[in-house]
Amino acid sequence: MATETETTSGPGPVDGGPDGPVASLRTYVEGPNTVGQSRPFWAGFVVAVLALAAYPAIVGGYQASRFSLFMVYAFLGLSLSLVWGYAGILSFGQVVFFGVAGYTFGVVAVNFATPAGITAAFFAGIVGGALMAAVLGYFMFYGGVRDVYVTIITLVSTLVLHTFMAQTAGDEWTVGKAALGGFNGMPTIPNLAFGVEGAAVRFGSVSFYYLVLVLLVGTYLGLRALVNSDYGRVMVAVREDEDRTRMFGYDVERVKLVVFTVGGALAGLSGVLYAAWGNYVSPQVFELAFASLPVIWASVGGRKTLLGAAAATIGIEFFRNSLGGEWALVAVGVLLLVFVLGLPGGIVPWVHDRYLGFRTDAGGPAPPESAENPEVTDS
Amino acid sequence: MSPDTATGDPSVRHTPAVEATGEITDTLLETRGLRKEFGGFTAVDDVNFSIEAGELRCLIGPNGAGKSTLLKLITGTYRPTSGKIYYDGRDITAVDPHERVQRGISMKFQVPSVYGDLTVRENVRLPVQRFAGGDERRRRVDDAIAAAGLSGYEAVEASALSHGQQQQLEIGMAASLEPDLLLLDEPVAGLDVAEREAIAERVTRLNGTEDIAFVVIEHDTEFVAEIADEVTVLHNGEVFREGSIEEIESDADVQRIYLGGDT
Repeated sequence: MATETETTSGPGPVDGGPDGPVASLRTYVEGPNTVGQSRPFWAGFVVAVLALAAYPAIVGGYQASRFSLFMVYAFLGLSLSLVWGYAGILSFGQVVFFGVAGYTFGVVAVNFATPAGITAAFFAGIVGGALMAAVLGYFMFYGGVRDVYVTIITLVSTLVLHTFMAQTAGDEWTVGKAALGGFNGMPTIPNLAFGVEGAAVRFGSVSFYYLVLVLLVGTYLGLRALVNSDYGRVMVAVREDEDRTRMFGYDVERVKLVVFTVGGALAGLSGVLYAAWGNYVSPQVFELAFASLPVIWASVGGRKTLLGAAAATIGIEFFRNSLGGEWALVAVGVLLLVFVLGLPGGIVPWVHDRYLGFRTDAGGPAPPESAENPEVTDS
Repeated sequence: MSPDTATGDPSVRHTPAVEATGEITDTLLETRGLRKEFGGFTAVDDVNFSIEAGELRCLIGPNGAGKSTLLKLITGTYRPTSGKIYYDGRDITAVDPHERVQRGISMKFQVPSVYGDLTVRENVRLPVQRFAGGDERRRRVDDAIAAAGLSGYEAVEASALSHGQQQQLEIGMAASLEPDLLLLDEPVAGLDVAEREAIAERVTRLNGTEDIAFVVIEHDTEFVAEIADEVTVLHNGEVFREGSIEEIESDADVQRIYLGGDT
């Protein structure tokens, strides 16, 4: 975790520059719990977003549509970064919320295939993912389940849903017009659309790409604001020492439940976009191989950095998709081993510390005041 | 967004209790018939224990006497097998630990329990941000750091502090909540003489000027003699003796079970 001197407790200029709206905005999205507090970082961020915006014009609609799936997965990576990296809850169940949201979106959208119905399906899917996380989280956290047992329960939940959804092939598993389809899954899910008939925006391949890009940038910035807020600091405190945090008067169980539910909503958003992207969802989303991927994305990128989780998700999925076949999965497994053993913090924190950690421009973290005081390290 | 900011404001919390008889008492904490069993082992056995507002009580006894268990029953970390705990005149036996903190009970753990990766300032900010914002928060954080003798160390990560400084930091964090009752579990274990003196001075000052009541578990009898108003001796989970440090030190039975003297 980066160190930072608390200079302000509210909005205000952060870099000694003019007190403009950008500087004011930066106070909300910068803090000790995220990497990237400097002007060069934000300049690079803007360049990256512009490059992503230009990508469809360069590579064409097909490649852009393919790439939008990787960005869809980034919400899933961010959800695990939030619950694991920031609140210390190692969940193997993010795909549960992803899949439940995908199926919920599919069932509602197939039954109400109008723009208004699909809009409702979008939100129903996200709420479905969040609700599933809230119920599971409530019983775990208020039931006193901690640490590795949370991981086991979430993993088992994934496998239970895989088994359950795989046996929904019969006619009795039809909800209105939507057949769950058992192992073959649910096809013919409509494309995403917002609005009402006559005033609707429908998202095809390229427009879907831009929708996902806007949502991803907005989600990333929103999560940065969350983890650097007072609440975010409590989340990190819970991750570091639950008992100590409880003895400061914080309701640790409630904090974990809230974070887990927000993570469920994020995974749900990913699942909804996934189902709308491929017009299809199947029990494969609950398979162990898929359930492991978010852990790999977050580990390789750096679970304690939102940027690391999002960037690694997109990078690894691009690589995996380009390589294709079983070998891609083997390569990703090797990647996980290499990072767990060699760079347990992940790429982004390493790059930040190695190349940007000592950047002391006006917006960057200040060096420790007493770094030269020999007594400080005399422990 | 700040969790639980609606409750736990430390301003004016303790009010003298009114007993059923109508008599006004100043009892801050009282346990009645408190008992805690772990399987077949009784760690705390029928303990009746009370603390007046502003009192400084040391809790001593051999290892395994039930001291830390009693503290964890008071904080709510453990739920008692039977018995009741009253705080500020109200039954808090079923109250969650974080709510007890909001009502004015604070604790320093046996092993220094600071956030090693956070700076001193970030550490102190955590308890304070629950109930104070803006300039008030900054002032309280600055005051807590200064009172812990850590001015100049604000930007240092807590893991880089010495053991004694970490103890001071944790006491500072617990005291920054402005509790009415502060529980300290072995605050001077592993400290040298100068560090022990500093902790003794700190505890005495907090008790004297801020009127915080203390329950202090400690094996260091010199430290106990220096700070304690009253001493309670626990043995085999029961209250064995209570009295002034002079009475306890001269008690032959206490020497036999704890101080290692002949009887």
